Amino acid sequence: MIELNKENFEEEVLTAEGTVLVDFWSPSCEPCKALMPHVHELEEKHGDKIKFTSLDITKARRVAIGQKVMGLPVIAIYQNGERVDGVVGDEATTKSVKELIEKFC
Amino acid sequence: MIYDVVIIGSGPAGLSAGLYAARARMSTLIIEKEAAGGQIATTDEVANYPGSVENVTGPALVSRMVEQAEGFGAKRITDTIESVDVTGKVKILKGENEEYQAKSVIVATGAVPKHIGCPGEKELTGRGVSYCATCDGAFFEELEVFVVGGGDSAVEEAMYLTKFARKVTIVHRRDELRAAKSIQEKAFKNEKIDFLWNSVITDLKGDGLLETMTVKNVKTGEETEIHADEDDGTFGVFVFIGYDPANKLFEGLVEMENGYIVSDDNMKTSIPGVFAAGDNRVKSLRQVVTATADGAIAATQAEKYIEENFEE
Ligand SMILES: Cc1cc2nc3c(=O)[nH]c(=O)nc-3n(C[C@H](O)[C@H](O)[C@H](O)COP(=O)(O)OP(=O)(O)OC[C@H]3O[C@@H](n4cnc5c(N)ncnc54)[C@H](O)[C@@H]3O)c2cc1C
Repeated sequence: MIELNKENFEEEVLTAEGTVLVDFWSPSCEPCKALMPHVHELEEKHGDKIKFTSLDITKARRVAIGQKVMGLPVIAIYQNGERVDGVVGDEATTKSVKELIEKFC
Repeated sequence: MIYDVVIIGSGPAGLSAGLYAARARMSTLIIEKEAAGGQIATTDEVANYPGSVENVTGPALVSRMVEQAEGFGAKRITDTIESVDVTGKVKILKGENEEYQAKSVIVATGAVPKHIGCPGEKELTGRGVSYCATCDGAFFEELEVFVVGGGDSAVEEAMYLTKFARKVTIVHRRDELRAAKSIQEKAFKNEKIDFLWNSVITDLKGDGLLETMTVKNVKTGEETEIHADEDDGTFGVFVFIGYDPANKLFEGLVEMENGYIVSDDNMKTSIPGVFAAGDNRVKSLRQVVTATADGAIAATQAEKYIEENFEE
């Protein structure tokens, strides 16, 4: 999983080609931390088709808000720099994240 | 394998049940679909659980409960139970990943936050509308935040949010708070906290992020639009207006009242071998202290039930 920050977000996500998953999280977000191992597992399975990245919003709050993310957890899918799909908040469960990822494989 | 006890949910009720069941040397499995800890894992301060003094956070309390339950041998697994067949002697629980069998079941599925139910709420969740202050508070640094509700959770979470927000306004449908007096006193003293009495939110709007909300005065019927400060561009709405029991799995199977499972003092439901514990049952106080008590009783009763109904 590529760790994103203020500096590399543009390059890794917005100007990247292909499909990129961004896991928006923060250290105080328990639901986010609970999801994380499952996202890692899915990366092992599908990492060849989707680039997996994560952004700790406490280190890049403005970047997240710039992406209209103002609540966690968010697992978003970008294609050629455009956010095309994602699951947010309560809806982000191990099941919905798996289904989301499988849609893009 | 047929477990002695399978517990659905690893909030305080499920973890306490797991601790007691495993300690009684029953084979015990706790199934959880999300993070361990349930609702209490989403709060920064648990000040009223006996013994949890000096800044005990929800996650800290939960991690100790997990450690303790596992220490006695309870097994934990991540799965979502999707359907159950609990009328027979061996109870069958069908999860998203696996199927589980048990001699007894403890239903500790807790509750989920109620939504306002107004237009725009769903679309703007995670875009200004939130149900978890510890998850999302940090986004609102120096911004304005509204907290909906008047109970303990609403007022405590409002105080937590003052760590980030420039101003926090509690929007409450009555003209006085329901929260404990000690909590109220702190809130009234907090200079960042303001109140909007007799008010409910009837509409939320925004293009990408929350920008405008409509607040209705329930006394006068008057509706007012509140817009985000121009420099901010957005604001937050945190909702703490109560909870709905997470009992869908058992609808039509066990006796319920307004969606809550009916159980006796021994946590027995209308089905032998099925026990309820925590926020999902009919009771007068839904807190960690009562959830853990329910869990303990349910586990000891499950042990008794197994002794009486299964040969060694
Ligand atoms: C913001 C907030 C602040 C609070 N502050 C306090 C406080 O200071 N003091 C206090 O005493 N109480 C507090 N409470 C209340 C307290 O959190 C609850 O009373 C307590 O968590 C109830 O425990 P429970 O185990 O019954 O349910 P929950 O905590 O709701 O846990 C139920 C668990 O079951 C899981 N589950 C549900 N369905 C399934 C399924 N089908 N398959 C698998 N798993 C499932 C859920 O994911 C969840 O983890 C607060 C609550 C909130 C929301």
